[in-house]
Amino acid sequence: MTRFARFFAALLALFALCGGRTAFAMPEAAGSVHRQPLNTTAIAMFVVFVIATLGITYWSASKTRTMKDFYNAGGGISGFQNGLALAGDYMSAAALLGLTSMIFFNGYDGMIYAVSFFVAWPLLMFLFAERIRNLGQVTIADIASYRLDQQRVRTLMAFGSLTVVCLYLVAQMVGAGQLIQLLFGLRYEYAVVVVGLLMAVYVTFGGMVATTWVQIIKAVLMLFGATLLAVLALRHFGFSLNDMFAQAIAVHHSGAAIMLPSKLVADPFAMLSLSVALVFGTSGLPHILMRFFTVPDAKAARKSVFVATGFIGYFFLLVTLLGMAAIVIVGRDGGFYEGGVPGGKLIGGGNMPVMHLAKAMGGDLVLGFLSAVAFATILAVVAGLTMAGTSAISHDLYAMVIRKNRADPKTEKRVSRIASLAIAGVAVVLGILFKEQNIAFLVSLTYSVAASVNFPILALAIYWKGLTTRGALLGGVAGLVSAVGLVVLSPAVWVKVLGHATPIFPYDYPAIVSMSIAFFFTWVGSVTDQGARAARERAQFDDQFIRGQTGIGASGAASH
Amino acid sequence: MVHPTAIHTIRTTPAFMRLVARRRKFVVSLTLGTLLPYYAFVLAAGFAPRFLAQKIFAGSAITLGWPLGVALIVGTWILTGLYIRRANGEFDELTARIVAGDLQ
Repeated sequence: MTRFARFFAALLALFALCGGRTAFAMPEAAGSVHRQPLNTTAIAMFVVFVIATLGITYWSASKTRTMKDFYNAGGGISGFQNGLALAGDYMSAAALLGLTSMIFFNGYDGMIYAVSFFVAWPLLMFLFAERIRNLGQVTIADIASYRLDQQRVRTLMAFGSLTVVCLYLVAQMVGAGQLIQLLFGLRYEYAVVVVGLLMAVYVTFGGMVATTWVQIIKAVLMLFGATLLAVLALRHFGFSLNDMFAQAIAVHHSGAAIMLPSKLVADPFAMLSLSVALVFGTSGLPHILMRFFTVPDAKAARKSVFVATGFIGYFFLLVTLLGMAAIVIVGRDGGFYEGGVPGGKLIGGGNMPVMHLAKAMGGDLVLGFLSAVAFATILAVVAGLTMAGTSAISHDLYAMVIRKNRADPKTEKRVSRIASLAIAGVAVVLGILFKEQNIAFLVSLTYSVAASVNFPILALAIYWKGLTTRGALLGGVAGLVSAVGLVVLSPAVWVKVLGHATPIFPYDYPAIVSMSIAFFFTWVGSVTDQGARAARERAQFDDQFIRGQTGIGASGAASH
Repeated sequence: MVHPTAIHTIRTTPAFMRLVARRRKFVVSLTLGTLLPYYAFVLAAGFAPRFLAQKIFAGSAITLGWPLGVALIVGTWILTGLYIRRANGEFDELTARIVAGDLQ
């Protein structure tokens, strides 16, 4: 009954906010440059999505009895469902808007980006998915501290996860605020608060079950929306790709040069460093990796990666197609440019090509649908991030480090609720503080920290017998310091945020350097570690190795 | 059934070593099969952009880079399918035998 009451209190607060919001939104249009007129179709569709997901959250709350249910849905998600949820977690609004925009402006570069984002997935399958399922239960820190020092290594991994989660959340929040004022015509601050409230409600009441279903629904909507738009766009060209490409070359101001890999790869080392960050950073994203704990066994884990990889690949291919179609359809239509002249400044800014394409192909209905999908996408991603951050606090730091695995489940549940609310609060505050900031560096920082702290320790914990606690701590700290330090010295912060003339470190993505530093220091710290504890940790590798390979001793699914 | 406390005795048994060796060999080749073409693609974009920008046949507007990108995405996805097929069959059978205590 109390859960019921609290749930509805939260729901009421949310609707009170939604109701108040529209009243405020209209008169302040002059306050922001890019704000669009209120889009009622989009808002109506989004409200349907919100009501459906809140219904699911209520249903999930009744299935979330134990802490295990809360953290990983009791391991009762099927491989196919988890695959869709993983795809929902990874197909971000940035991928839909950013990649189409990159193709719209730079042509072929977008394809190189798409492939780079994708390649992480086959590697997750071959190297990580099954081991992670067999060795952990709630967080990636379970795996890193399997045979190492519970207190220190777990704390390090928890902070690694929290850093990645917070950076990614702020980037998502700022993106959400900008996107929603663009697409829905709502004020930035309201958008950020709505996102913060909804993610707190999903996670606090529905835990991993609700998060999973929000991601599944969003993945289906996103795949449907992109497919619909692609079919409409292709029909425009009589389903001839050759015709579409020929017209794109004719329309684009760069002409045939859009087929050349250009700006992005002007410096091959910069491209290489970017690809290292994307490929290995993905294998260190806590909200992606923790999804492997929601399935019953290693077999379901591998199936989920296969499903996710298929959908993600399909989505990226659609996105490149939409980008090419936008060059022709949006590029020719003066109505999408400020001043009505094609080739000028796009209405709404550089991220809008795919939205303009939706409007051109399907009018307000398709535009509204795609806008609602973009908003839903942000919700699904931030819910996953909040879930990962909450587990790092209540499972890793509270239950395992502070209470030494003797936490009272009721208190742990309370800690998890406070943690998810606190994370949502921090995300809202930072989202508003960063409103006017150039946040491009946050994305590179997220992937660089994931590739330089979480990934090396996780990979070595799973694959290298020689790893010791001292090595993990030394390497983790070295990776964190070098990733953050080099991003600060890079063009994205040193020049664009701090206003210096030239960067001290020339590349926006320092992962290739900081990841190597992390591996090197982990190795040095481990091989010079000859204490009794180190010997014990190496001796325990065999047990861990057998469990990782066979799943003996790994926990199974709860019956639902 | 192998008791969890006796887990370390499995390490040097023929059945377990067979599983590990076969899976390792397969995973290494699949990983290389993903990373080598991908980094060849990235390096081609950096050092031989004209190679990617050549038309796939005379009179076509589509350039080689596009089908190559599609092939990389579809191809590596097929590799994950190959992995699943062998893991669901051979590796799971070997694992089931080990778990059941047949360690030869």
